[in-house]
Amino acid sequence: MRLLGRLLGRREPSSSGEVARERLRLVLAHDRSNISPALLDTLKDEIITVISRHVAIDAEGVEVTFSQSAHETRLVADIPLMTRRGRRKG
Amino acid sequence: MAAKVLTVTSGKGGVGKTTLTANLGVALAMQGQRVVVIDADVGLRNLDVMLGLENRIVYDLVDVIEGRCRLRQALVRDKRLSELFLLPAAQTRDKSAVRPDDMVSVCESLREQHDFVLIDSPAGIEQGFRYAVAPADEILIVTNPEVAAVRDADRIIGLIEAEEQGPARLIINRIKPDMVRRGEMLDIADVVELLAIDLIGIVPEDQAILVSANRGQPLAFSSDSSSAGRAFHNIARRLLGEDVPFITLREPGVLEKLFRFVRSEGD
Repeated sequence: MRLLGRLLGRREPSSSGEVARERLRLVLAHDRSNISPALLDTLKDEIITVISRHVAIDAEGVEVTFSQSAHETRLVADIPLMTRRGRRKG
Repeated sequence: MAAKVLTVTSGKGGVGKTTLTANLGVALAMQGQRVVVIDADVGLRNLDVMLGLENRIVYDLVDVIEGRCRLRQALVRDKRLSELFLLPAAQTRDKSAVRPDDMVSVCESLREQHDFVLIDSPAGIEQGFRYAVAPADEILIVTNPEVAAVRDADRIIGLIEAEEQGPARLIINRIKPDMVRRGEMLDIADVVELLAIDLIGIVPEDQAILVSANRGQPLAFSSDSSSAGRAFHNIARRLLGEDVPFITLREPGVLEKLFRFVRSEGD
């Protein structure tokens, strides 16, 4: 069943060890950068406002997250542009 | 040769700092080292009961600092190991009785006559933590493979780096190999990767720890009888510069990955 699920691309429920690892990754990124989840939301909203002033973007699809390696934490903004193809779909 | 001062700290309480300090003290003394263990948890002393020395205390750390006795008089010699001494915490005072400078001067006086001074830090990030790490040449961060303990360890590592103290090395305590195998516990590699400091020890969860605490007889006294006892001795040997392989928790593939990771971190 597990293999079948994987073949069909279904995501298995994570084990609690994996959940712990992902939660820690996030909480450490917040702690180290001193950026709270609320501040992250504010940043996201303001980034959307500023960029929308100049280019058409898909505001719903914007993601502002942390990326982390052993020695640095980065703030990553993923901003989908409204291309012609995208617009036609929407 | 002047002693090396090591502070055992964790941020979070209850992860096993005192048990670890007692057992490392015993293991190092069994390797022929002249060791003093200092209980820095003023007001909540416990290292004395872990070592079974609670009935032999006359003076304490605060008596030394406030000049009521000489340092030598406050040291309790362990009868089982003639080169292991305890400097107990005061029980009826609080942490405001000790300043970082006091710990530095106490440790300076101990350096001449000993090889290792191990300081059992109080939990937290306040005054007690500050004075406990002040004299340290090296800091041992103890954590458990769980979210809250790792988070607090990260905070402590941040404080140590900000104050340019250390180096800090990591001990992962109370790991349950069967739970790791089932994916129900954070793996060693996960914790090492998240905290990004060198690993110096892995101690498995072991019921014998509670039995040894009941008796005031640290497990390290019988080094071969328990998995945790062996782990304490391995840490002691690594502190003495020996290259001791880490215990195996999973199939070799994963472990090899861990070794590669730890080694690349050390480069």
